[in-house]
Amino acid sequence: MTEGRLVGSYIVPVHPHTVLVPEQNEGWQRLRDAFDDAAQRIKDADADLLVIYSTTWPSIIGHQIQADPNPEWVMVDHDFHDLGSIPYSFNIDADFAEAWNAANEKRGLKSRTINYTGFPIDVGSVVALKLLNPDNAIPAVIVSSNVYANRAETTVLAKSCLDVIKATGRKAVAVTAMSLSNRMFTAPIEPKDDKIHSLKDDEWNRKILEFLGEGRLEDVGQLSRTIHKQIRVQKVVAFKPMWWLSGMNGNRNNLTGDVLAYEAIHGAGGAVVHLDPTPSGAGDKEYDEDDVEFFAGERNVLDAEDQMESEDSAPSPDEKTSSGPALWEPTTQKGSVNSEAAPKPVGMYPHARKVGDLLYLSGVGPRQPGTNAIPGGPIHDDAGNPLDYDIKAQTRAVIDNITRILEEAGGSIADVLDVTSFLVDMDRDFAGYNEVWADTLGKVGPTRTTLAIRALPTPIAVEMKVIARAPTTE
Amino acid sequence: MRNADADIALKRLGHIMTQGEIVAGCLAPHPPHLVYAENPPQNEPVAEGGWEQLRWGYERLRDSLKDVEYDAIVLLSPHWQTYVGTHFLGLPNFKSLSVDPVFPNLFRYHYDLNIDVDLTKRIHDKAAEAGLAVKMMENPDFRVDYGTITTGHMFNPSWDKPLVVISSNRSRDYYSVEVMQEMMIELGKVTREAIMESGKKVVVLASNSLSHRHFTTESAIPEDMSKEHITSHAMHLWDMRMIEYFKSGQAQRILNEMPEFTEQAIAESDGGGLSWLLSTLDTPTYPATLHGYGTIIGTGNAIVEWPERQHSGAVE
Repeated sequence: MTEGRLVGSYIVPVHPHTVLVPEQNEGWQRLRDAFDDAAQRIKDADADLLVIYSTTWPSIIGHQIQADPNPEWVMVDHDFHDLGSIPYSFNIDADFAEAWNAANEKRGLKSRTINYTGFPIDVGSVVALKLLNPDNAIPAVIVSSNVYANRAETTVLAKSCLDVIKATGRKAVAVTAMSLSNRMFTAPIEPKDDKIHSLKDDEWNRKILEFLGEGRLEDVGQLSRTIHKQIRVQKVVAFKPMWWLSGMNGNRNNLTGDVLAYEAIHGAGGAVVHLDPTPSGAGDKEYDEDDVEFFAGERNVLDAEDQMESEDSAPSPDEKTSSGPALWEPTTQKGSVNSEAAPKPVGMYPHARKVGDLLYLSGVGPRQPGTNAIPGGPIHDDAGNPLDYDIKAQTRAVIDNITRILEEAGGSIADVLDVTSFLVDMDRDFAGYNEVWADTLGKVGPTRTTLAIRALPTPIAVEMKVIARAPTTE
Repeated sequence: MRNADADIALKRLGHIMTQGEIVAGCLAPHPPHLVYAENPPQNEPVAEGGWEQLRWGYERLRDSLKDVEYDAIVLLSPHWQTYVGTHFLGLPNFKSLSVDPVFPNLFRYHYDLNIDVDLTKRIHDKAAEAGLAVKMMENPDFRVDYGTITTGHMFNPSWDKPLVVISSNRSRDYYSVEVMQEMMIELGKVTREAIMESGKKVVVLASNSLSHRHFTTESAIPEDMSKEHITSHAMHLWDMRMIEYFKSGQAQRILNEMPEFTEQAIAESDGGGLSWLLSTLDTPTYPATLHGYGTIIGTGNAIVEWPERQHSGAVE
C-alpha cells in the first residue's frame, strides 16, 4: 500500500449565511462561489478523506472526534436562527476516527470518540461539509477544538492524524472551519450593510491572507497568539486552527497558497483559502518554536499529586525516575560537550567529548530532555510488563537528540561519520528503524553497524553510538 | 363624590391588585452531571448517583418553594450563547432531544417544555424599548441548550410551569465584564418591570456555576466522587467569598467585585446570569439562603435562594 498523504488544505468560514442565504449579499455569494470552487478542487484531487478541525465545536475533556457513521439532524444556528434550518446527513469515517483516537493516545494526548444519536454537529462543520462535500461522496472526520489545549497539544493532534493518514494510505484534505477576525456586529444589520467590523480587523485579515497566499502557513501559525490578541474576540477558543493546519502540513512555509475569497459575514472575516502541498519555493521559516512529537503536558488534573511529583526540578543522581535509573548531571572534563537540549545521562559521563578532529558521542536514546518522556512510548511499564511502542517515533527521537548534541558542539547531523545502533528486539523493530534511518542519517551517509542486545538501562528500544567530525574552530 | 385621597387610594389598590411578583430568585447551576446522577426517565445514560451535596441542595430549594404559588419561571442560560444581542425562545412549545456537546456521555435528554410567550414578549419589548439588541427565536427546529434543560429539570422536574428562556449575550467577550454587567443590569430592570406589569407570579433563575475551571480529564466512572474536588485553593476562596456575600445580603458588593471575580475565578458569571439576577431582584440587601455547595468536575457550584416573596412588599 502506498503511504497516505495530505493532498490539500482549506480554510473556510463558519457562519450559515453561505448555505442559507448567499444571494442576500454579494460578498456572501462570492464566498459561496469560492466554496463551490473548493469542492471541485477537492474532487479533482481525488481526495478520499476530509478532516475537519472546527472552532465552533469546543471541548473540555481532551479533543473529541466524531465517530457516528451517519449523523443526521437539523441544525439551527444559535444566533442566526431566523435565516432558516440546515438538515444534514453526513458520511463519517468511523474507523478513521477510532484509529486517530488510538494514535493520539500513543502520542500522549487525551481524546475520545463520540457516537451518539442526536449529537449536535456544530455550525462550522455543517457548513464545511454541506458545501465542500455536497453529495457526501468523500468520507469525513470531525475533531473538536479543546478550550484548554495549547500549541503542543494542537500540534501533536495533527501529527497523530498524519500517522493514521500515512498508515492507511489515504489521500486526505485538511479543513479548518474558522473565522479570521471574529468580531461580529452586536446588533442585527441589513445584509447590504455587511462589512468587516473595523479597519484594523480588515488590515490584519489582509496581512494573514497575504502570508497564506504566499504559502507561508507556519508563519501564520507562529503569529497565532499575536493574531488572537489583535483581532479575536475571546469566546472559548484561541486562533488554534493555524497550529493544527500547519502541523498537518509539516510546519512548512513553502506551500502553494490561493485565496479564493475574502468577505465579511456579519462583521467577521470569512475567507476561503486553498493551500496546495506543492512546494512554491517561497518563504523559509523566520523562526521556529520547539517542535513536539509526543505530548507529556500538564493536563491530567485528576491526578494532581502525581503531576506535582513530575514537575519537580531535575532529580539528584540518587533519585530513580519513572523511566528508569537515576539521572546525572553530565561530566565536564576537558573537551566535553553537553547540551541542555539533550536528555540527562544515566551515569557519570558527558554527552560527547572532542578529541582531535573527532567528536565521540555517548550512547544516545530517545528520552526527551526535561520530561524524560519516551516518544512512541516505553517498551515496558514499571512492573516490567511489556507495552506496545512505536519504533519509528523512538528512532526519530534518537536522531533528534543526536542532532541537538552536534549542534551544541557547533556542528550538524551532516557531520556524522560512524554509527553503532543497538536494538532490543531486532525481529520486531529493524524494519521501522531502518525506514527512519533511510529518511535521515541514511541521506548523510555514515558507516553503520546494528546490533541486537538484551536490554538498555531505560525502557527504550533503540540507542545509537556516534562518531562525528568535530567542527573546525575558526 | 370621592375626595382626592380616596382617588389615590383606589388607584393604588388597583395597581397592587394587578401587579406581578417575583416570589424568588435563585442561582441554579446547570452542569449536566446533576441530571445524569438523578437518572430521570428523560435522560438516556444511567448513573450510580454522585454529586449528592448539590442534588440535596436542589431538594432543599424545591422544598422551600413547594407551597409557594407561581405562574412561570424566567431563566437565563449561559449555554445559549448569542453574540448578536439577547434572544428569547418565542414559540409555545419545544420538544426534542438535547445532547450536550461537551459531555454527551452524560446528557442526552428528551425534553418537552412550554414557553410563556406572553411574558417573554413583554420582557423582549421592554428590553427593545430600553435600547438593548433583542430577538425572538421562532424557528421550530431550534434545539434548546442543555443548561436551560438541566436547571429547568433540577428546579422543577415535573416541568409543569411555563418558562421564559433568555440567551446569554456574550458582551463580556466583545467588550469587558463592566460592559456586560451594565447591559445585564439594564436587562434585569426591564425583566422586573415586565414581570410586575404582567400581573404574574414568577421565579427567576440564573443558571451558572461560580468558579469555572474544569478538570480536563474524566474518571473512568464519571460519578466517582473520590476524584471530585475544587481545581485550586484560589477558586475555593473566591467561591466562599461570594457565598459570604450571598448570605449577608451584600448584592451590591457582588456587583462591585464582579470584574475581579469573573476574571480571577474564570467564573461562569461571564455569561451575565448572576448580574441579571441580582438586578432583577433590585439588588437585594436581605440575606439569601444557601441550599447547597459542591464541585462538579472541578468547578464551584452554589444553589442559592433569595426569598423575594418575604421582602418585596408587593403583596401586602
